[in-house]
Amino acid sequence: MSSVIEAPADAVWAQIRDFNGLPKWTPFVAESRIEGGMAPDTVGCVRNFRLRDGGVIREQLLTLSDYDFQCTYSILESPMGVDNYVATLKLTPVTDGGRTFAEWSAEFDCAPEREGELAQQIGQGVFQAGFDSLKAMFRR
Amino acid sequence: MIRVTRSAVIDAPIERVWALLRDFNSHTAWHPVVAESQIEGGEPSDQIGCVRRFTLRDGNRIREQLLSLSDRDHVSTYCILDASVPLRRYVATLQLKRVTDGERTFWHWQSTFDAPPGRERELAEMVGTEVYEGGFEGLRAYLRRARPAPARGAASGRTLAAGSPMPAQGVVVSAFGGPEVLRHQALPAPSPGPGEVRIRQTAVGVNYIDVYVRSGAYRMIEPPAVPGMEAAGVVVDVGERVAHLLPGDRVAYACAPPGAYVSVRTMPADQVVVLPDDVDEETAAALMLKGMTAAYLLHRTHRVRAGETVLVHAAAGGVGLFLCQWAHALGAQVIGTVSSDEKARLARASGCELPLVAQDYRFAAAVRAATNGRGADVIYDGLGRAAMAENLDALALCGHWVSYGQASGPLPSIEPEALSARSTTLTRPVLFHYTAERAALNEIARQTFEALRTRILRVELRHRYPLAAAAEAHRDLEGRRTTGPLVLLP
Repeated sequence: MSSVIEAPADAVWAQIRDFNGLPKWTPFVAESRIEGGMAPDTVGCVRNFRLRDGGVIREQLLTLSDYDFQCTYSILESPMGVDNYVATLKLTPVTDGGRTFAEWSAEFDCAPEREGELAQQIGQGVFQAGFDSLKAMFRR
Repeated sequence: MIRVTRSAVIDAPIERVWALLRDFNSHTAWHPVVAESQIEGGEPSDQIGCVRRFTLRDGNRIREQLLSLSDRDHVSTYCILDASVPLRRYVATLQLKRVTDGERTFWHWQSTFDAPPGRERELAEMVGTEVYEGGFEGLRAYLRRARPAPARGAASGRTLAAGSPMPAQGVVVSAFGGPEVLRHQALPAPSPGPGEVRIRQTAVGVNYIDVYVRSGAYRMIEPPAVPGMEAAGVVVDVGERVAHLLPGDRVAYACAPPGAYVSVRTMPADQVVVLPDDVDEETAAALMLKGMTAAYLLHRTHRVRAGETVLVHAAAGGVGLFLCQWAHALGAQVIGTVSSDEKARLARASGCELPLVAQDYRFAAAVRAATNGRGADVIYDGLGRAAMAENLDALALCGHWVSYGQASGPLPSIEPEALSARSTTLTRPVLFHYTAERAALNEIARQTFEALRTRILRVELRHRYPLAAAAEAHRDLEGRRTTGPLVLLP
């Protein structure tokens, strides 16, 4: 999924780079903590968060780049029924107008008959919903 | 080494922007600083290794070579071979990315080069501002420009003066009534205003809703007015603020308000989609309304899963056959109701395992018997009033009753308590709400074309009429003398 956010990339990145910040900018995360007292910008840290619908997800930060405005993380535990889930969120400045091009993608394994449903649930329910709230946050 | 990066968002789908940019010689058409350009040696302009030799408006001359081109990643790389401006070891990469929420394109343009000492800043500024930012603006202006339609769109072969109405014919409902109220007459199509498109239509779909509109059962028009919900054709021209269509595009639509029974139509562009190359216009006109209806009913209103039991009423009707074909392909057990043995055969050939011939709207007992007493997980109901009580009886616990049509009359009001007997969900969906947003429309249209391509949906077009014979088409449709879709040919 990809979107355009009406704010400079460094401002959008300030929200996203906080691996413990999901409750601040997504509509679906109720609360979040980093396990073991690690800093949320330490690669390898694990965020343990609860969704508004009650589900609990644990995700590990794999890469974080302030230079490329990019982070990668994997799912350790979730109720979604996905394996080998790795997602990347990347921002690119749009020089024309001081905006941000945001890309969010994931690769994972799942039962073949659930592919379409999960792609829809993750693409629309997570990534697009996240973009929509970032856009609302930075609405000019 | 100097690095210059510029990026922009273009208000047009990536396919449209890439079609231009992948052509290494297209910059004469859209880049404001390029005066003239040609590919050396007559090579194709998307041939890797080809060289474009061009002159800028300020008189500078440049030769550039295409180094790589990827239709998968939407990337093009090229370098300067020689130039009358001192850009040394200049290599540029241009990449497009899709903005998935909205039909926009992110365009990233970057180069590295060396420049003579003291001129670095000046040349970096020139490349970034005049070449890249100028290019963004030039391409935007190019996409906004409404150009004369290419020859294939203009049957008359005459060029139309800008702003003038175009001679055309149409069929008008002169007053609410039977097929005889349909009158064929001249109906010039006005020049498109902001947000509008003018389409030379090559095929118009006929649907049962057109009969309701004509008779006045659905008050969607005030006579005299043109009926018809769907058509396909070729774009003649577009108004301001229309970025997703260009003259010459093959297009189709299925949307309210009525007005499709014409040879040339001027209408809002936001409900018009570009046809894939492998879908012909007659098929599109026969497919759009019924196919997109099946698509949203099976994938959005209720997400049908493998193993579910689906009950389709009027299973041999236009939407009914598509529902059977698609639900079967999704792995559902499909039960249908039909009004005759002949229609039962049709439904069975479309994946309906158990077509029930039920002329008296009695089917709940048979559905229960076929599901070990469990009932149907979802009912796609185009019948309405007469099937209401049986529908409630035929549903499984927590089943979903989707009432998308009322062939036997509108549903009476229903007590919420009637739904509590089995925790039933009742939905009363309308296609045009599901397609109101362009992104959703595009997705539903894409899904529908994909189902056609993979032969999940099968369009067998047997009934074609001249546009002027619309009354005859309505008589045949109402007299149940047709099977499968009907189209009018302007």
